[in-house]
Order: sequence, then structure tokens, then C-alpha cells
Amino acid sequence: MSQVVNNGVNVDALLAAREALKNAPAAGEFTWRASCKWLNGTHARSTVQGFRGLGEEQSHKSEFSFDTDHPQVFASEDNGATPVEVVLVGLASCLTAGVAAVAQNRGIQLRSVEARLEGKMNIAGILGIDGDVRNGYDNIKVTFHVDADASKKDIEALVAQSQKRSAVFDIITNPTTVTVEVV
Amino acid sequence: MSRVLTEHSIDHVVLERGEVANSWLRERWDSLRLLTPNWLNRLPGYAYGGSDPDGFLNLPEVVNFIVRFAAETSAPVRADTTVTSLSAFDGGYRVVTERGEFHCRTVVLATGATNSPRVPDLHRGVPQAVQCLTTFGYRNPDQLPAGGVLVVGAAATGVQLADEIHRSGRSVMLCVGEHVRLPRSYRGRDILWWMENSGVWNQRYDQIEDLERARRLPSPQLVGTPGHSTLDLNTLSGAGIEIVGKLAAVRDGRALFSGGLANLFALADLKMERLLDTFDAWAREGHADIEVGAVERFEPTRVPSSTRLSLDLRSGEIRSIVWATGYRPDYRWLDVPVLTYKGELRHDGGVVTEAPGMYALGLPVLRRRKSTFINGAEADARDLAQHLVDYLAGCKGSPLQRPESSQNATI
Repeated sequence: MSQVVNNGVNVDALLAAREALKNAPAAGEFTWRASCKWLNGTHARSTVQGFRGLGEEQSHKSEFSFDTDHPQVFASEDNGATPVEVVLVGLASCLTAGVAAVAQNRGIQLRSVEARLEGKMNIAGILGIDGDVRNGYDNIKVTFHVDADASKKDIEALVAQSQKRSAVFDIITNPTTVTVEVV
Repeated sequence: MSRVLTEHSIDHVVLERGEVANSWLRERWDSLRLLTPNWLNRLPGYAYGGSDPDGFLNLPEVVNFIVRFAAETSAPVRADTTVTSLSAFDGGYRVVTERGEFHCRTVVLATGATNSPRVPDLHRGVPQAVQCLTTFGYRNPDQLPAGGVLVVGAAATGVQLADEIHRSGRSVMLCVGEHVRLPRSYRGRDILWWMENSGVWNQRYDQIEDLERARRLPSPQLVGTPGHSTLDLNTLSGAGIEIVGKLAAVRDGRALFSGGLANLFALADLKMERLLDTFDAWAREGHADIEVGAVERFEPTRVPSSTRLSLDLRSGEIRSIVWATGYRPDYRWLDVPVLTYKGELRHDGGVVTEAPGMYALGLPVLRRRKSTFINGAEADARDLAQHLVDYLAGCKGSPLQRPESSQNATI
């Protein structure tokens, strides 16, 4: 039973970073960036590469690109996921990464982790049909299937802790000030 | 601390800004009772001697309990002596008060962690028409204007005030962030009987995996009432109090609440179950199985089908807000660089290592999980007094004189 748990997460490095940042709180200030270019119709391409953190400019190994569009039922060409689906992607991937990191830290070996997400939305909001209906999701449901060397209780605790430490969960469940400028 | 220092024959004074039991007299609400049952209220050489060991002291009884202890131990208390400055001086410390100066080799900061209410910055966005009270200003529901009340915070204080205000006939909304759920009784025993006897409460600070987290935990959702009732979120929602998520922002006169409530319920339920599992395991190991009732499990915190995400504070739906968002220590008088950038004291189990001869008492999980409870004071004080005695024995140099000297000051 002395197998080494390996979920591919370098928890030691994360814990070391946590210790280091306690003494240098300014280094913890990060800026994440994305750019977006309109292509045609509702089709747009967003890219990310550079960000700022640990007191200096940083960069992904390469530029990542995301096409977004709307499906044909919206009379669009469907060249990519809808932006609201990308939001679900952000939440799903953040929670899933969190499950892996927390499992590693708690010595739980994962065999498989799958999340299914459903966001309910009434498009009467975005179409301006009913002012009482909000534009965004009314409700998002996440269902995790986790196969791991752990009890059901421990897996529940793992998923709960992942939500507690998730940036995207926080962004979606709490208001954020957004300023949009035209220059 | 004073009592233990006396046992060690350490000359000392106790500086009190007001009178003995000052914060209990002036900074708590009328209906407050201790969270610890009477039999657990033990101080060095002193214990509850009344006829209701399972009851909970009310506010005048708490004051009486502490005043009697101070008198019985003949503690050298200087009342009405507010400290305005504490600084390093000649290998010891200089304590400036409104009633003169003290020079001492060692000093114990027994001012605790609850010197002033902690109110989040977002309170500035609350419209003027809504009356705001902190837990220092709140005494009873009669102070509040008629109409709905928003109670922010669901630690012991928040759940108690939400319940009391709701009983006064007002509609109450309770903002719930991260919280600690506990039943008042478990398997026929008070929950703090389990904490004390199972050893959980005595767990030392250097044996706790994530000490910083343990020190930041809100106080458990408990109340001490004659009926020994549990005061968890199910009790409150069952009584008709509306539970909403953490108050995340006040924007354009609207309070915005977090939509992450279900996970906070799950975290608190899971944490409570782990604690009860610990108690059950301890009982099974032959420590208490014959003395306690059958294993119990409690209904998970009920998740409302949908929770309110915003509230127009100008609509009149609520007329007042009670901020039960915790407390902060006040070290404005401390002129020794031993605070973190967040204003918390850096210490190792109450030993302020960067300032030799300086100690702290009564901070969360200072040396044990029970450090901030009345019965947690003795063990911490004994450990730290021993350290202090050893430190003084190692001190060299002439004894400090003038203007008034003492080997130790407890503030």
C-alpha cells in the first residue's frame, strides 16, 4: 500500500510557491490577457499567450487560439463553440484541474475524472423579448464522475475543495466589476 | 496568566483599559450566553461551583465569574489603565499608559483577537437609509428599525443574532459564507464534551496540518441555551429565515450574493461528519461507548431550490443590516515590528520569537484548538509562563528601575 500517488500534478512546487508568496504578496498579483478578432458574422477568433505574474511578464509556450461562433439555429455558420459554452469549458476545466491537484495533495490516486456540465438559459433575455429574463445562465449544473482510490465521502470532499479553490467557480458565482472602453 | 505567574512568584502587573471583564461588560449583546457548558468553565484553581453544571452562563454571570476569579487570585490589576504604546526598551519593554509608564523585562499581550468588529469594505456602498450595526453596537432587536433585517455572517454570532431578531417578529435574511456546522449535542452529550474528552480540543498548534486555515476558521454555529438546542442553518431556514449566499458586492444600491452556497453547505456538512467520525472512533476504542448514546447522523443542510442572488437595498425590503462578519485584533499601540502585512501578530504558539520576552494569549489556536475558550486559557498560560520563567532566568544585567518597574506586564 506504499504506492506513490501520481496524478501528474507537482504539488510540492505549488506548496513551495504558496510559502514563497506568503512573504512576497506582491508577486501574487497576476494579469491574464486575451485578445479577440472579429472574422465574419458571429465568428470570432480569440488568442492568448502573454500574461503577467511573479513580478514580470510571462508567456505560454505558444499562442493558443479559440474560434467562437453560433450554431445554425441562430442563423450562424457554426465555426466554433458559442461563448457561453466556452464559459462552461472554463468552469469544467478549472474544477477538473482542481480535483487533480487536491487529490495529489491528499494522496488520492485518480483513475478517471469526467465532468458533465449543463447551463440553463432562456434566450428571451438576449433576444430582448422579456426584460425580466436575464441574459446569462439561470443555473449551471456540474456532475462529476470520479474513479479513484478513495471513499465516496473523500471524493465528495475532493470535489468540494476543488470548488472552494476554483477561480472560475468564484468568477461565475460572484459578481466581478467589468469595465469596457472604446479607444 | 496572572494567576500562573503568581504561582511562579513572578512580580507582575495586569493592565486593564477599563474594569475587569471589560469587553464582556461593554462590547457584547444582552442575550449572550457562553458557548461552553458551566462544568467546562475552568480557570487555574477555579471552576464553576453552581447548581447547573450543564447550563450556560449569561452575560452578568460571566462578568461575575471573571470578577470573582480576579478577586480570589488577588490579581494585581490596574484598572482604567489604557496602554497607548508598547516599545522595546533596554533589553525589555516600555509600556506607556494613560496612567504613567511601566518598564518590564517581559510582556504578555492578552488582548485577544476580538478587539473591534471586522466589517468588509463593501459596507460603504450601503444606502444611507439602511441602518447598519456591528456586533459591538448591537444589544437587542429593539434597537433595530421596524422591517426586514439582513444579518451578514453565519458564525456563532451571526446565527444567534439572526435567530433572536427573527423571534422579535422581523423578517430576516442571513448571508452565509464559509461556516462551521456543529450540533449542540451528540449521542446524548454536549458537543464540547466530545471536543474536550476525545482530545480534539487539546490538539496542539504544531500538530495541525494547515495551521493558518485552522486559525482563520469562523466560530462554530453554536448557541448556549437552557434547552441545549442546535442552531444550524436547517434550524434557521425551518423557522423562516431566508438563507442567501455570501455578500459579494454592493453595487448601485443592490446587494449581490454569491451563487456558491451549495458548496459551502457541502463543505460544512462533510467537515462536521469527519469530526463526528473522529468522535465515534474514539468512543469505539473503549473510551466512552458505554457512557454515550447511539451513533447519530444529521440531515444534510437543505439546499434551497434557488437562492436569491441580489437584493435592492433601497426597496425597503430590509431596513437594517447587522454585520456579524467577525472581529479583528487592535495593535495600534504596539510599536514593535512583529505584525504581518495584514496586521496579525507573528508568533510561534504565543511566543513572539522576533521580540524576546513578548508573549501572546487568547488568539485562535494559539497553542491548542481550545485556546480562545475560557477553559483553554490555563494550559496555554502554563506553557507560556514556563517559557517566560526560563527566559527571565537567562536574562542578564541589572534589574530595571524607574519609573515603575516590574518583571512582567500583562495587557
